[in-house]
Amino acid sequence: MASSARWNHVWVGSETGILKGVNLRRRQATNYVAASALRRDEGVCAMCWGDPSESEILVGCLDRSVKLFSTEKGKFTESRQCLGGEGSFCGLAVHDSSIITCVESGLLKVWRDASSENMETQVGAGVCRMRQNPAQPQSVGTGGKENALKVWDLHRPEEPIFRAKNVRNDWLNLRVPVWERDLQFLPGSEKIVTCTGHHQVRLYDPSSPQRRPVLEATYGEYPLTALSLTPGADSVVVGSSHGDMAVIDLRQGRLVKCLKGFAGSVRSVQCHPTLPLVASCGLDRFLRVHNIEDKHLVHKVYLKSRLNCLLLTSREKWDDEEPEPAAPQADVKEEKDELWDGMETVATKTVLKRRADPNVRETQLGKRPKKQKRTSAGP
Amino acid sequence: MSGPGSMASGAAGSAEGPGPVDGARAPEQALFPPGFSVSEIKNKQRRHFMFLRWKQQQRKEKLANKKKRRKEREALGDKAPPKPVPKTIENQRVYDETTVDPNDEEVAFDESTDEFAPYFNRQTVPKILITTSDRPRGRTVRFCEQLSTIIPNSHVYYRRGLALKRIIPQCISRDFTDLIVINEDRKIPNGLVLSHLPDGPTAHFRMSSVRLRKEIKRKGKEPTEHQPEVILNNFTTRLGHSIGRMFASLFPHDPQFIGRQVATFHNQRDYIFFRFHRYIFKSEKKVGIQELGPRFTLKLRSLQKGTFDSKFGEYEWIHKHREMDTSRRKFHL
Repeated sequence: MASSARWNHVWVGSETGILKGVNLRRRQATNYVAASALRRDEGVCAMCWGDPSESEILVGCLDRSVKLFSTEKGKFTESRQCLGGEGSFCGLAVHDSSIITCVESGLLKVWRDASSENMETQVGAGVCRMRQNPAQPQSVGTGGKENALKVWDLHRPEEPIFRAKNVRNDWLNLRVPVWERDLQFLPGSEKIVTCTGHHQVRLYDPSSPQRRPVLEATYGEYPLTALSLTPGADSVVVGSSHGDMAVIDLRQGRLVKCLKGFAGSVRSVQCHPTLPLVASCGLDRFLRVHNIEDKHLVHKVYLKSRLNCLLLTSREKWDDEEPEPAAPQADVKEEKDELWDGMETVATKTVLKRRADPNVRETQLGKRPKKQKRTSAGP
Repeated sequence: MSGPGSMASGAAGSAEGPGPVDGARAPEQALFPPGFSVSEIKNKQRRHFMFLRWKQQQRKEKLANKKKRRKEREALGDKAPPKPVPKTIENQRVYDETTVDPNDEEVAFDESTDEFAPYFNRQTVPKILITTSDRPRGRTVRFCEQLSTIIPNSHVYYRRGLALKRIIPQCISRDFTDLIVINEDRKIPNGLVLSHLPDGPTAHFRMSSVRLRKEIKRKGKEPTEHQPEVILNNFTTRLGHSIGRMFASLFPHDPQFIGRQVATFHNQRDYIFFRFHRYIFKSEKKVGIQELGPRFTLKLRSLQKGTFDSKFGEYEWIHKHREMDTSRRKFHL
């Protein structure tokens, strides 16, 4: 169903190389594969939107090829090899129709279509993440293991604009190790928030005279693997390698709430820009969508491979549906009585059938058998 | 002195049976009117007596019902409705959406290219290193020795306080495929860490009910050097499949049927029972089995991707007691 590809709410990349589009309204997950055969070394390791209108996705694979997927057509349109350096992609971005890639050995490269004038710099070894500043597309930030946070301007790639300094020695006068796992730029200012493998969340401010972090908060005892900003930009959602997800307030540096449900390491977290929803995926092969305000698990989808990265559409109205399936739905409505009308409106808020989540079980105890009947008769 | 019948003041009926004093009248005539509750009698002896009589009456009614149902069943003959199946926890198990469908291509591809693929494609031969936590006591040492007789091509080494993260690169360079660490606490083994070596997952189990060979009653002789068959029961979910494959990759791929030995990993309610038997077919349908070797029970605590690194490794599955043990009918393996 090529046309329905653009109605997918979440795009998830897995280790087996499959790009999955999940439509949460209709509770379907579809697999999109580049070639007919699946290959393990084409596992997805980085994804980003190809353009601001979110009609294209750039998928970076383990064999260092970047594939372009069009959500309008529902298939992979282009592919190009981005060689150089070692390791897999740790960051992918788009700027002025050229692709910016960064690999783990530290090679940051800008690929123009002409493939002749490619600009590259070395950002240091052991990079874990590279992200682009959404407000200023020519500046990117990188961080990694024993590789402090650096912000680079692509027009002057020789020296970073901002190079962070490590915190002071701890209370035993030992050097604090550095391991930046994920970073995000805060909108509206130059600040950068990072999460580390030593369970710290740090906030850096390049405009302030100090290069050390302005704010540091710790959470848990396990490495924090993923980070995302909440709509208000005053708190972040972090995920750890033990499956703990938490919302941490940036103004005070304290823990606000925890989101439960994960059984495995969280690989990627993304918040919706306006709605209070956060999507997360991880090694336990589930995609979960939580509501940030009341910690409620809204959706939980089993996708059969380990999931590496995800992209959440920033569409405002998630209930937008294509006109095509509306016709059979109208027939169904005519046949059933008013009870079904009432059922349908509630069904958009309740969760997947056959989910054994104790939190939400109460809301649909009586409705479950009817719900099954409806989906079997529906489109 | 009237018997306990008079104490049932709430009971309107006078059909209370006689007390223990005159045992002439049979207790069948005792009727407990519906409003009467044994717990309202304040005297403990009389209350106990009335409770026993109430229980006798319940049992009689149950027997009478059973007989009646059986008679009805026989009277109906073939037209009798089928017998109702009793509910067990396994029957009532909550459907797990990660249950593996045998026809699923994606899961099949995932499994055919995961870390155990070299073993299942017969490219590697299992070589196991068995060790313990530091300074093991007698029971654990004997358990390790018995385990090494059961698992072919396995070697036991004394731990000497070495760090696992340093042992692992050395094992890899010497072509070991798996590492088993038996953890000991207060002189009994209570934990098992099973790590698949080149870069494979590490599973951490809690071990209980360990019985050495001398503690097993009616056991057979020593296990021989033949390669045993492996039976994996009831590993239905995706996580169960991964763990099942991990166990299967401990034993050589081709069992020697002439040895008639079989190692069974039976999963029930998330507990994995390990038994080692020798079987003999007495006829087409009848088999005799003798239990050899140690037996133990395992419960999975966590499955970590990558070799042993409990602090900085990424976990594929962790048992979170307060979130996952809320329902008695939900199991994960």
